[in-house]
Amino acid sequence: MENLNSYLIVSAILFTIGTIGVLTRKNAIVIFMCIELMLNAVNLTFVAFSRHLGNLDGQVFVFFIMTVAAAEAAVGLALIIAFFNNKESIDVEDINLMKW
Amino acid sequence: METLFFLIISLVAIVSAILVITCKNPINSALALIMTFFCLATYYVMLDAPFMAAVQVMVYAGAIMVLMVFTIMLLNVRVDASKKHSHKLIFGTIVGFFTLINIVVVLVKSRAALPTGPYTGDMIKNIGHTELIGREIFTNFLLPFEITSILLLVAIVGAVILAKKKI
Repeated sequence: MENLNSYLIVSAILFTIGTIGVLTRKNAIVIFMCIELMLNAVNLTFVAFSRHLGNLDGQVFVFFIMTVAAAEAAVGLALIIAFFNNKESIDVEDINLMKW
Repeated sequence: METLFFLIISLVAIVSAILVITCKNPINSALALIMTFFCLATYYVMLDAPFMAAVQVMVYAGAIMVLMVFTIMLLNVRVDASKKHSHKLIFGTIVGFFTLINIVVVLVKSRAALPTGPYTGDMIKNIGHTELIGREIFTNFLLPFEITSILLLVAIVGAVILAKKKI
């Protein structure tokens, strides 16, 4: 097993790349993929700590996070399709109906 | 040897993660994201969690990414290179940089006392990772596991209602 810190640093880098993607991209599907990337970075942290501490609770949590991500993918993509049917676009700058 | 392998996997994971946020075409982003998911599955194998690696490949790289690629194909949005990034690019990069520093400092420097459990590497190899996870889920985490099924049911109903033209 590798050192715990190296896994944590890789996870932090992946999470940061996901954050930058969410903040800078305009395509809703790419933003969605960046959120999945952030969820996966957190999963890596959970599994690394779980293995390091000899405690399987973290891996059970990863299991539940994957379930939530699957539900989120189904509902989120349905929302994107519904938005595309209305506006013919998936650009987040076009989602401005409630913008003040 | 294992360190070299770890470095190669890290390089592939980070480069493909950067490709996810830089590719112009969403389909290329999706393929790069699948590569990142496979690298994470490799990490799980290295961390003695083969069941998690299998679930990662099947659920993430399989189900979720197929759903996403299918949606990209269905919408067939034209690629507009001039409007790829918003004007917040510099702002986003600065926020991301500080997030990275913050996470690394908190994760690496903190010395919080955490409760340790009985599961060692030898025990996982002897009994089997899947069996240990199954025991945890069906004893200590039985109620959350049952609630998860309700969550999936709600997601199915929500997706059907949102995708329907007229209810």
